[in-house]
Amino acid sequence: MSAPTSTKPESKGGFDIRDLRNLFGGGGSLKQFGILGALIVIILFFEIWTGGKTLQPANIINIVQQYSYILLLSIGMVMVIIAGHIDLSVGSVAAFTGILVAMAMRDWGIPWWVGIILGLVIGAAIGAWQGFWVAYVGVPAFIVTLAGMLIWRGANQYFGDAATVPVPQDFTVIGKGYLPEVGPGATQVNNLTMLLGILVVLILVGLEIKGRRTRKTMGAAADPLWISIVRVVVLGAVVLVAAYLFASGRVGTSFPVSGIILVLLVVGYSFLTNNTIIGRHIYAVGGNKHAAELSGVNSKRVNFFVMMNMSVLASLAGMIFVARSQASGPQDGVGWELDAIAAVFIGGAAVAGGIGTVAGSIIGGLVMAVLSNGLALQGVGSDLVQIIKGLVLLIAVGIDVYNKTQGRPSLFGIMTRKNTSGSSGGTASDDSTSREVTPGGGTPDTAIPADVQK
Amino acid sequence: MVIAAHTEPTILDMRSITKEFPGVKALDQVSLTVKAGEIHSICGENGAGKSTLMKVLSGVYPFGTYEGDIVFQGEVVRFKDIKQSEAAGIVIIHQELALIPELSITENIFLGNEPGKGGVVNWVEAQRRATELLARVGLDDDPDTAIKNLGVGKQQLVEIAKALNKNVKLLILDEPTAALNENDSQHLLDLILGLKGRGISSIMISHKLNEIEQISDSITIIRDGKSIETLDVKGDGVDEDRIIRGMVGRTLGNRFPERTGEAGEVFFEIRDWNVQHPLTAERMVVKNSSFTVRRGEVVGFAGLMGAGRTELAMSIFGRSYGNFLSGQVFKDGKEIKLRTVSEAIDHGLAYVSEDRKALGLNLLDTIKRSIVSAKLTKISRGAVVNDIEEAQISEQYRKSLRIKTPSVEEGVNKLSGGNQQKVVLAKWMFTDPDLLILDEPTRGIDVGAKAEIYQIIRDLAAQGKGIIMISSELPELLGVSDRIYTIFEGKITNELPVEKADPETLMRSMTSSSQKVAAR
Repeated sequence: MSAPTSTKPESKGGFDIRDLRNLFGGGGSLKQFGILGALIVIILFFEIWTGGKTLQPANIINIVQQYSYILLLSIGMVMVIIAGHIDLSVGSVAAFTGILVAMAMRDWGIPWWVGIILGLVIGAAIGAWQGFWVAYVGVPAFIVTLAGMLIWRGANQYFGDAATVPVPQDFTVIGKGYLPEVGPGATQVNNLTMLLGILVVLILVGLEIKGRRTRKTMGAAADPLWISIVRVVVLGAVVLVAAYLFASGRVGTSFPVSGIILVLLVVGYSFLTNNTIIGRHIYAVGGNKHAAELSGVNSKRVNFFVMMNMSVLASLAGMIFVARSQASGPQDGVGWELDAIAAVFIGGAAVAGGIGTVAGSIIGGLVMAVLSNGLALQGVGSDLVQIIKGLVLLIAVGIDVYNKTQGRPSLFGIMTRKNTSGSSGGTASDDSTSREVTPGGGTPDTAIPADVQK
Repeated sequence: MVIAAHTEPTILDMRSITKEFPGVKALDQVSLTVKAGEIHSICGENGAGKSTLMKVLSGVYPFGTYEGDIVFQGEVVRFKDIKQSEAAGIVIIHQELALIPELSITENIFLGNEPGKGGVVNWVEAQRRATELLARVGLDDDPDTAIKNLGVGKQQLVEIAKALNKNVKLLILDEPTAALNENDSQHLLDLILGLKGRGISSIMISHKLNEIEQISDSITIIRDGKSIETLDVKGDGVDEDRIIRGMVGRTLGNRFPERTGEAGEVFFEIRDWNVQHPLTAERMVVKNSSFTVRRGEVVGFAGLMGAGRTELAMSIFGRSYGNFLSGQVFKDGKEIKLRTVSEAIDHGLAYVSEDRKALGLNLLDTIKRSIVSAKLTKISRGAVVNDIEEAQISEQYRKSLRIKTPSVEEGVNKLSGGNQQKVVLAKWMFTDPDLLILDEPTRGIDVGAKAEIYQIIRDLAAQGKGIIMISSELPELLGVSDRIYTIFEGKITNELPVEKADPETLMRSMTSSSQKVAAR
């Protein structure tokens, strides 16, 4: 993944316990690390509680298929939230696109790939409509998308006659499909999935080497070599084990197509948000709209883009869902917006905008996914599952907010402190902490002239 | 330095206050003695520990989180929170005013302190007392006026009225005049003197040394978390240079850099500029203004707050303020159109806002990302930002502008005001501007950093860039500019080469439009 490889400049050559924090993510994505730790804990917890059912090939394949569309939505949602908005309409947009695409394929007999393109175009049109109201009229996104939630849900049921429309078999590949079996069958596993895993490991190694080289060119200190090696070995092992699990399931199953779509989008959008001009502009507008505008950023265009992008992704999510359930129905996508928003906030985004990452949101979404799945495996009813998910959201964000107001490090800081307390006696002054607590020195803030503040 | 052995009793004695944050000693054995009925100023550079000391005093940092004793009116006090310190009669007025814009003056004065019984507010009583309090601070506005309809100066007075309502004995003012123009500042200072006459002691924190000199009885200087000395203003013959020497621990040779290089030809010109207020169409904020800027020249703009200086600057900078009516912009002899901010940037304009936190920076961002943010295309191939170049460039600016930070990957919110301002300057220098408009470039930053900013401004001019500097501080305008325009009520009222300008002439042109001194 192309997570930013920001690191602390004062890393020394030798073993420094504080380098541990740079192992995954590093300074720029502290919260991500904390929530990643939480994800691992939750996975291990359910693995033990369910007696090993959680990490069985069939189950993890199921998790990917069942939650890929929520994760996909959270990619778009985090960008909307970074820009300082919200989108409540995604579930309805997904349902509306789903029914239109299903009907177009049934009534006009268009091939599956034309159906997908049609769906994306519908998403873009809806997004342009909502983006227009948000960006150019200035109606708060909450209102625009609340209206959209009603409009597109109603439109789904109006056009579909509140009935279920089946989709053709070849369309279902994007929702239920797997990587095909190729090569020698003697391996007993899905060869493509294993190859994919190996490819990812090679990419990880390559990125690590490139990252180190980049930091050297920048004149910044790279992480100690052992950190790099440990990071590559651990991540590589995780990828290979996962690949093996996906590859070794029931014959005919392997890594799902929807999972591949998701991975491609995560990589692409991580790059977009971190490394491109539009990505920077989204953070700039969300962080301080006035300052961004005075730096030449066209905030209207940015707002239009994030809203439109969200609806395109919602349409894609809707189509994947329809493909998986082999039919489009009137209740598709109900409540998706809430799952996506929850994933984004668990993943460390700020309600006021300006803060959040694609990777964090995906991890946040996975926390919810594993939680729901694990509870379902244990036969916990959906009523209790909802209560537990609600509490997890509240507690995760609550801990974060509490720590911020106390000037303490976020979840991540607590985790590292636990990790390091043994060896450094817990006194290692977390420099990020101290700087936050130290008063900024009485810099006078100037009041904005009432006129200009508009 | 020993305080002259006056006989007045002390109202406050802070003894050996030490306050530590993890890894940082913010206050180290600081002592502060305030005599009853005096105005006591605390001076120090940003980050010296002034605000921390006041937070200890007012209970923001409760008893137990610091070492040392606070003796107030002869008793050792141990405040757990602000409520307790206010009950004792210590009221702090922060630089960010704690008023609620949508509520009325009365509602704000009695917020959290409403007169009445059993949760029901007696508004008649509140109104009556509010009128009384407003009279005491010299404010004749209707107490029903919403705060948002008052200027910053009047809001400050409401804050003081609020403090008076709490039966204040010791008033702490943190940068009370930072956002005020000279008239309002003077009014406020007079009021503080008036309160002193009624036996209310004040502690004032300010960067405006002339004001401190004017109204203080004593000055305590804090440097690097230690109390350095306490000066008796009348007895010791204290002047600004003396204070600065204490604050920085050295004599600042010349506060203003030398002017080097000659101004070149006129390259930027505004003709007959007219701008309307964005909300009220009848109100003209800029009227028929014309001016020129030469290469390598620093052009000062003097005017009181609300005169239209910022409005003029922002309306030129891509029409980012108000409704543009008419006017022409010429650059290098050709007329150009600056309809959006990005057009203005492309034409080589840069605008450093007077309000760096609200309009100048994204405080959530890192230093390196902030520095390149106004011209990302310069380090991008296609749509992809080159982060290696980004790091290298921001590193260069960190060195050349001496931005004090361990790394350019730190967040800008961790920097002091002066260093934030350097980041903003770097951000605009990175756009390779021909004309830099600097709006109050040294507002709210300490003396040492100010001198560095002046040097940067003169260096830029020496490189042949045109600079427009808007400032409320006349000494700074006189010290840095080559030529000064004055603005009054949206009109340019005078133009003076700096040799012919002096504070009195400028002030006259800043306060009336009748003056038309031909000064060419």
